[in-house]
Amino acid sequence: MADKAKGFFVTGDPLIYGADVAIVITLLGILVFLTFFKKWGWLWREWLTTVDHKKIGIMYLVSSLLMLFRGGVDALLMRMQLAFPNSHFLDSQHYNEIFTTHGTIMILFMAMPFMFALFNIVVPLQLGARDVAYPFLNALSFWLFFFGAMLFNLSFVVGGSPDAGWLSYPPLSELAGSPGPGQNFYIWGIQISGIGSLATGINFLVTILKMRAPGMKLMKMPLFSWSVLASCITIIFAFPVLTVTLALLFVDRFFGAHIFTATGGGNPMMYVNLIWMWGHPEVYIVVLPAFGIYSEVVSTFSKKKIFGYKSMVFSMMIISVLSYFTWVHHFFTMGAGADVNTFFAITTMAIGIPTGVKVFNWLFTMFRGRISMTQPMLWTLAFIPCFVVGGATGVMLAVAPADYQYHNSYFLIAHFHQVLIGGVVFGYLAGLYYWWPKMFGFKLNDRLGKWAFWTWNIGFYVCFMPQYALGFMGMTRRVYTYGWDMGWAPYNLVSTGGAFLMGIGFVFQVWQILYSIKNGERDLTGDPWNGRTLEWSIPSPAPLYNFAHIPKVRSDDAWWDMKEHKHGAASEKENKEFEPIHMPKNSGIPFFMAACWFVAGFGLTFEWVWVGIAGLAGVAICLLARSFQRKTDYYIPVDEIKRTEASLGRVV
Amino acid sequence: MAQSVTSMDTRHEAHHDTFKLLGFWIFLVTDCIIFACLFAVYAVLRTHTDGDLTGHELFEVKGFTAETFILLASSFTSGLASLAMHKGNKKQLMAWLAVTVLLGMSFVGLEITEFAKMAAEGATISTNAFLSSFFTLVGTHGLHVTFGLIWMIGVMVQIGRHGIDHLTKEKVTIVGLYWHFLDVVWIFIFTVVYLLGVM
Ligand code: HEM
Ligand SMILES: [Cu+2]
Repeated sequence: MADKAKGFFVTGDPLIYGADVAIVITLLGILVFLTFFKKWGWLWREWLTTVDHKKIGIMYLVSSLLMLFRGGVDALLMRMQLAFPNSHFLDSQHYNEIFTTHGTIMILFMAMPFMFALFNIVVPLQLGARDVAYPFLNALSFWLFFFGAMLFNLSFVVGGSPDAGWLSYPPLSELAGSPGPGQNFYIWGIQISGIGSLATGINFLVTILKMRAPGMKLMKMPLFSWSVLASCITIIFAFPVLTVTLALLFVDRFFGAHIFTATGGGNPMMYVNLIWMWGHPEVYIVVLPAFGIYSEVVSTFSKKKIFGYKSMVFSMMIISVLSYFTWVHHFFTMGAGADVNTFFAITTMAIGIPTGVKVFNWLFTMFRGRISMTQPMLWTLAFIPCFVVGGATGVMLAVAPADYQYHNSYFLIAHFHQVLIGGVVFGYLAGLYYWWPKMFGFKLNDRLGKWAFWTWNIGFYVCFMPQYALGFMGMTRRVYTYGWDMGWAPYNLVSTGGAFLMGIGFVFQVWQILYSIKNGERDLTGDPWNGRTLEWSIPSPAPLYNFAHIPKVRSDDAWWDMKEHKHGAASEKENKEFEPIHMPKNSGIPFFMAACWFVAGFGLTFEWVWVGIAGLAGVAICLLARSFQRKTDYYIPVDEIKRTEASLGRVV
Repeated sequence: MAQSVTSMDTRHEAHHDTFKLLGFWIFLVTDCIIFACLFAVYAVLRTHTDGDLTGHELFEVKGFTAETFILLASSFTSGLASLAMHKGNKKQLMAWLAVTVLLGMSFVGLEITEFAKMAAEGATISTNAFLSSFFTLVGTHGLHVTFGLIWMIGVMVQIGRHGIDHLTKEKVTIVGLYWHFLDVVWIFIFTVVYLLGVM
């Protein structure tokens, strides 16, 4: 028994014992809190069963910030290990586990849900819609992501973390290379949340195609919604490839098949191709919505229409198509031959063109605009130089022959963090600050925000600029320690200092949020930034049904137009009768179905076949239960709408 | 009031119908991509027999031809079911769905026998890369069919309870679409795997 438990729980590392204790205490704390304040019913009714896109968005947001913390702690641990030569703070195995979980968590469990948070909170409001196309599916997507992330994180204390890198190349990730459950945690954690992501892609594509307010032609749609459209199309084509790839790896590990093994005729190189056919589009999936955010922010805070709207739309579409034709640039050195490498070098560089168009459009929008230096604008301004440098080093990496020199070196690490942090994280933070008042009805404190901004930004350059140099000095990625004789020590020490500065930036942000919850400036207008798009035409936070009257759109920047020409919601005269509003009912099925997936994934991870089958049977039962439900919606009566609108300070 | 709500009801449900269908088409696109990847993997690995059994030695023309005809027939009967539904004939609809389910079951039965026979000859998923990719590709299709059967039975129960109304109509349409899709995928399996395999 004790032996069994020893194999099950991860033992032997004080860091992990510390985490065990922290987890148990947190869980107990939550349980006691909920019971003591009698909050179980509230939690269930208001959150766990909700199908309201705004609440789902907030749950995504909270989870992704927690994951940013976890991934960030991983990053700091790695940087601590690398700060000094011959360091034994972490051993090699532990280091492998940490860079694997850091990369996986940051991209799949931090960036993706952060993005989905913004999709959920903003898109229906920008479109003038009352919900997404499939609210039930939307809740299911969230819970699949959530339980997938939980399963992945569980590997930390139970069974052992995956250690084969964030993309898990075979043969290392095959049974022979990675025995034990760690790799299975990776497969099922990602697989389960990936199904949720795919469903979100379908959901928002249909929402955008079908639920725009009357008059909002596609070419009048706000650019953030356009970026979501581009991103969703990319999700729909990319994520099935991920599903297949992970499933095949599992088939190899579970049934002893030989698809990617080095023996039995298997072909590991095929895995590398497949995973990057998802992986490269994935980076555009996460960056396109950031581009959308920058467009909104730049135009709002320069008080100008965005420059080159059409070229913005086309460049996003071109990027999403081109993103499928670049995947080989991740393995120029693996012997595909000069012709193939040349093709992919050229396609990779070609993406720089539409991206450059966008950067110039943002600059032209700011040119002669009345710029106000709000927090969203600050992050947008910081993004531009950062992304330009990241793009330039990306083009350097795309030069196939030169890539033989810096492939998998710290030069690469510096490059992709520059685009992922400078492009994606800065963008989502800009979006967070921009839409925060819409979500919660108050603004975030400016002074603390500036501190966060500067520590993050200075920290960023201090952390990653030395790594370009380290790359040229021959330091390869994923090394866990090095000697004095390499001459890398000073650069690494500086880099670690920068990482800690970024950590301080994050602490400032948490402080900023907590401080502003108490002291934040309330937003009573619903339009604190003098915005241009429809989400600013309704109160903050938006009522359950978003729009009491569905708006009629006459031009792009619909809300700006209404304010200028005093029509629609901006006009006093508009006092139409209310009609009952059709809404979806809450449901507990998404939560239970995702929980069953968790059970199934857990069982298959440990090869407890019966647990796996029981979980899958639970999923099937939930599906049938849903299929047999007939009354899944209801009407909000007119009285209630009147009451709500009056309480929000609207003329009724 | 009651009047106006019902009229609104139908308007609302009408647009939700087109939503569901559009979403389902997009889902089918993603499923197509899944099969396309599995076909690609099979195409790469079909010659990787590691010195062991090949398709030529394993596939039996009689078996897979029978499977093909049965599945094609079931696609036809599911089409007849939807015709009956549009005529509003509940009995006929149920009957054709039942025939479709039976044909589907015999397809799955034949496939299982085929797999069992191969396993008895020592050709399992872990024998070599060719067989690994074969079993995953054809097996994924088989799992899809099985899933479709459970789904179709579920829809039949609902028709039995509620008759033909707009909800059950939508469900029959969607499950029918799914069934035809599986048929199309099978045509590819038939050609790429079996016909090229025995040649
Ligand atoms: C906040 C500051 C961050 C720091 C200090 C940091 C630091 C690091 C370090 C030290 C490594 C390991 C390098 C190696 O040994 O090979 C790494 C890898 C990685 N990081 Fe970060 N990181 C940060 C943020 C992010 C973010 C925001 C993302 C993604 C959105 C990200 C994605 C990755 C990925 C994908 C890897 C590769 C993992 C692998 O080799 O399998 N990181 N990072
Ligand atoms: Cu790439």
